[in-house]
Amino acid sequence: MNVLADIVLQFGMLSLVAFGGAGAVLPEMHRLAVETRHWMDDATFAHLVAISQATPGPNAIIATLIGWHVAGWSGALAATAALCGPSSLLIFFFMGLWEKIRGTRWRLVIQAGIAPLAIGLVLASGCIITRGADGGWGAYALTAATVLVALNSRLNPLWLIGAGALLGLAGIA
Amino acid sequence: MEQRHEVSHSELFWGFCRIALSGFGGVMSWARRAMVEERGWLSSEEFTSLFGLCQFMPGPNIVNMSVCVGSRFQGASGAVVSLLGLLSAPCLLIIALGALYGRFGALPAVQAMLRGVASVAAGLILAMGLRMAADLFKRPLMLIFSAAILGEVVFLHWPLLAVMFGLAPVSMWVAARRYCKAP
Repeated sequence: MNVLADIVLQFGMLSLVAFGGAGAVLPEMHRLAVETRHWMDDATFAHLVAISQATPGPNAIIATLIGWHVAGWSGALAATAALCGPSSLLIFFFMGLWEKIRGTRWRLVIQAGIAPLAIGLVLASGCIITRGADGGWGAYALTAATVLVALNSRLNPLWLIGAGALLGLAGIA
Repeated sequence: MEQRHEVSHSELFWGFCRIALSGFGGVMSWARRAMVEERGWLSSEEFTSLFGLCQFMPGPNIVNMSVCVGSRFQGASGAVVSLLGLLSAPCLLIIALGALYGRFGALPAVQAMLRGVASVAAGLILAMGLRMAADLFKRPLMLIFSAAILGEVVFLHWPLLAVMFGLAPVSMWVAARRYCKAP
């Protein structure tokens, strides 16, 4: 299949199941890019995620970067539009209805049922990136330290990312 | 009746542009500050309600937010303008970085640096997941579903669509039986 059509189709589908945001579909992007399509290896995927975290903007731009890596400008455009388009259309039409079912049992049940899945997927993303970074015990320690600092302070993540780059250069991670 | 001031197309575009460029690793907390505290586009309650919707609906949360806020002030064209404002600058930036990576990514120093950044990125994502999970402790049984989807995705490598459509009905059924009793 044409690679652009493939990107549009796959990312478009992800858009509609991205409960919990772009972080929640990272595992599926990984499966797609590394395991089924062989667009890149595990380490490259982890690098692209690292770059996307170090770039200001919505997490969704990881799709832009994957698209760019696979097929240049047209790939970047296709992946971004496909990841953001379908969900944007959906919420555009759903906004009014959501207000209407405010406070109903239905809304509570849907929310309570989807939330744990979204959380599991975000945690899965973290595990997959940890595995992809694959730098041994130093890297695991750095990941664990980041979790502790991020949970216990309101430090701008940029400082942590900078520290990660320096520690990486120093050969610790 | 509440007086709602007008927010123009160009204000929406540049507003979301600023929001996008001011945050790293997700920008929702910046969005709140900019829209509620600095610009007064939304009241705090309006923000919280919209945020709930944007979190619940599929798609990147802040992207959803830009669509909601844009369409609220200027209809469909406002939604498009806000979305473009949010995405254009970060997309160009990340393509520039992607091009640099393509050029220099193989250098050992760059590889080492990115390994460090990737470890931190993983930590930031895990921390976000844990913070989200804290809300779940009032419904501890539901944590089983978090664990199940994590295992299926990370260790069994099952496709997300199958996993999602397999687990969501069960998860909603349990939520309905255990935690959202019919009145």
